[in-house]
Amino acid sequence: MDLKEKLVSSFMAFEDGLDLDHPVHEERSSAIKNFETKGFPTKKDEAWKYTSLRGLEKIDFSIFPKHETTLEYKDVKKYFLHEIDTYKIVFVDGVYSSYLSETTHDGVDVCLMSSAFSKPMFKQVIEVYFNKAASKDESLTSLNTAFSKEGAYIYIPKNKMPKKPIQILHLATGKEPALMLQPRNLIVAEDNAEVQIIERHQSLTGNEVFTNSVTEIFAGKDAIVDYYKVQNDEPTASLVDNTYISQKDSSVVRVHTFSLGGKLIRNNLNFYQNGERIDSTLKGITILGDKQHVDHHTLVHHAQPNCESHQDYKGIFGDSSTGVFNGKIIVDKIAQKTDAFQQNNNILLSDKSTINSKPQLEIFADDVKCSHGCTIGQLDDEALFYLRSRGIPKKEAKALLMYAFANNVLESVRIPELKLRINKIIADKLGVRMGFDL
Amino acid sequence: MAYTEEELKKELETKEYEYGFYTDIESDTFPKGLNEDIVIAISKKKEEPDWMTKWRLEAFRAWKEMEEPEWANVKYQKPDFQNISYYSAPNKKPKYDSLDEVDPELLDTFKKLGISVDEQKKLAGVAVDIVMDSVSVATTFKKTLAEKGIIFCSISEAIKEHPELVKKYLGTVVPQRDNFYAALNSAVFSDGSFCYIPKGVRCPMELSTYFRINQAGTGQFERTLVIAEEGSYVSYLEGCTAPMRDENQLHAAVVELIALDNAEIKYSTVQNWFPGNKEGKGGVYNFVTKRGLCEKHAKISWTQVETGSAVTWKYPSCILKGDYSIGEFYSIAVTNNFQQADTGTKMVHLGKNTKSTIISKGISAGQSQNSYRGLVQVNSRAENARNFSQCDSLLMGNRCGAHTFPYIEVKNKSAQIEHEATTSKIGEDQIFYCNQRGIDTEKAIALIVNGFSKEVLNKLPMEFAVEAQKLLEISLEGSVG
Repeated sequence: MDLKEKLVSSFMAFEDGLDLDHPVHEERSSAIKNFETKGFPTKKDEAWKYTSLRGLEKIDFSIFPKHETTLEYKDVKKYFLHEIDTYKIVFVDGVYSSYLSETTHDGVDVCLMSSAFSKPMFKQVIEVYFNKAASKDESLTSLNTAFSKEGAYIYIPKNKMPKKPIQILHLATGKEPALMLQPRNLIVAEDNAEVQIIERHQSLTGNEVFTNSVTEIFAGKDAIVDYYKVQNDEPTASLVDNTYISQKDSSVVRVHTFSLGGKLIRNNLNFYQNGERIDSTLKGITILGDKQHVDHHTLVHHAQPNCESHQDYKGIFGDSSTGVFNGKIIVDKIAQKTDAFQQNNNILLSDKSTINSKPQLEIFADDVKCSHGCTIGQLDDEALFYLRSRGIPKKEAKALLMYAFANNVLESVRIPELKLRINKIIADKLGVRMGFDL
Repeated sequence: MAYTEEELKKELETKEYEYGFYTDIESDTFPKGLNEDIVIAISKKKEEPDWMTKWRLEAFRAWKEMEEPEWANVKYQKPDFQNISYYSAPNKKPKYDSLDEVDPELLDTFKKLGISVDEQKKLAGVAVDIVMDSVSVATTFKKTLAEKGIIFCSISEAIKEHPELVKKYLGTVVPQRDNFYAALNSAVFSDGSFCYIPKGVRCPMELSTYFRINQAGTGQFERTLVIAEEGSYVSYLEGCTAPMRDENQLHAAVVELIALDNAEIKYSTVQNWFPGNKEGKGGVYNFVTKRGLCEKHAKISWTQVETGSAVTWKYPSCILKGDYSIGEFYSIAVTNNFQQADTGTKMVHLGKNTKSTIISKGISAGQSQNSYRGLVQVNSRAENARNFSQCDSLLMGNRCGAHTFPYIEVKNKSAQIEHEATTSKIGEDQIFYCNQRGIDTEKAIALIVNGFSKEVLNKLPMEFAVEAQKLLEISLEGSVG
């Protein structure tokens, strides 16, 4: 039985444990139908031209984890950004771990989707926001919607800001030989609210993990949302991350994606600008080796006038790794005075590595400033020589240049400890110790 | 007279196709529809050898299996391939030696186009192989070319006279089953041009062909094959204008260029098929496959000015097979009213130290949609490949659209690829700057559009640059001085 059939047939079993009268359940039912019709995307779909899920479809994934596992904090401490105090929402094999988590209802709600679905006090928020930004058409998003049950629920009311950043951590213990996870997150920042979120998926063993995650983010007027995705997983862990962001007037949403490890990573990052004077930022650093594959698929839809968007993706690809960048900017007829900028720079370190880039503009308004740039190249020999002539060994010199290359993406990270952490991961990856911090 | 942008837009919309007229020449037209018998009949009609008939049939069988592509960013009523007549030739088919023998009505047509053959003959030194509906009826300067060993004739003549060359190269760059329209063309092509430049010869004049669609309801399927032997050079011009029509006309041409070691081919196109009227009715469907193959140190340069056609689907490409080969693509695509263009190029880097340059300028006005679609592919063995791409779009009014779909696929670490794209309108500050210096708005816009397109216009041969300018004027009159 292939994965699609398995998923479709286990939907009934999944329904057993749910409140079928809940309005959300209708969404689930129609979503599974959509997935059943469409199935997994194939290379024939333009959006999946360069990324194949065939390999994953052949693996016999467990859809519902059988065991509940407790982990000791000391064993997983290194996956937390433990240098600072944060709220934590931790899932172990898809199941909420209250022991490792720290949630709150003090002015803001930082808790679970499962409680948001079941408790009447959250009903209104769920009705207004759940599945409103996510695509009802895209098959993997539908798959997630169908099985949506657990994930992080973050609700920041008007004029509020949580006391500390929020970490969402998905851990896979490897108790199952192959595990499929489908977390569903909902983040709502009402007018003038502000929130910082760090998300990480981490497999603890070499067993196969396939995560198909959907995150919906709603930013009200003047709200500020910072979302950091740390993707530095085991070489057997695959991730399809679907993020949908809906912004209102004058809101600012910044999403940083650090793709530093994993077997197959696909980021579908979609911004919908539903107001004026909106600022959207999409930044990413990708450093891959081995046979890793990363696919950044971004969409910024400018639907109202006077908005801005900034995209900056840097990629360094070694060994037999493959990188894909597909950035689409749509500017509607009425979205005059749009300022959309997109940049994708890549360095190939090996002859076996591949980069496929497709920066795409679709523009229907005339008074706009839209540009994109894409480069593929290698480290500058002269710059390398300059450094080496000053006594810096080749390896460090190369690392230094790569640091510099990625630097302006790191610059806009607003949590210093996170910046340090990313720095360290990058240094480890390049196999050097730098005598300084960026 | 000072134009405001509003007035300009209005003027652009109301500007009718100036070259719409119809030449009344009796034609020998086949019944509508397409099947194996028609393919065989076309081949018979052209007195082709057996291998050619077989080749056409192979293509036809492949075509039957294929589906019409839908990936392009254009919307149109699909042509009914059984409602098209696949062959039409002017009735009188003697070969002329001088212009005096040519049907005066035909000459009149060219006069209206402002390209009278004799004038060109004298002044420009251009040999014109005129294609009036599928069959070439006049070939000039043949004798001069023959002295150098250059073969420049219609493809049907080449099939008869130089079968060894045609057999060797036809379909090598664009195979019969390459795509839907290429397969269709391979099966039913009625005529086109053939050009062969021998080793080491520099073609002394610009070779040019004029294509016209003339017979109502007749699809035009041109086939062009240009072969430049080692160390040779040729500059080839192709220009099109078509009479005004109500129903949609299909044009599916195939152009194959072969540049052997150290050869250079410069292929320039001015395309001004009837774009449909301002309600978007009528107009030509232009689905063209153009591709060139570069051997070692060879160079192929495509230059195109696209102003016509209701729907354009065209990607002149270069396969950079040989080491140190060079591919270039310079394009201006202007769309107005309801025109749709999906055009661009493919640069496939296979050899080492290959270079390619892409400069694409899109201008959209009215309610048109203008797309750039390009592919830059660097193979894993293509060391030190270099590409520079620039796609700029200019939007006039907010009912049109400009789209960019660049695909970049790199599998070699030594590649250096740069891609840039911008979309903007004519800046108010730019116009203000000109106004301030006493240049009125109309002239200012002309100046800016001119400057915007200059990089590409400069690449056209002198004889053609004038005409290109003229076509830009027609498409965007009021904005080009």
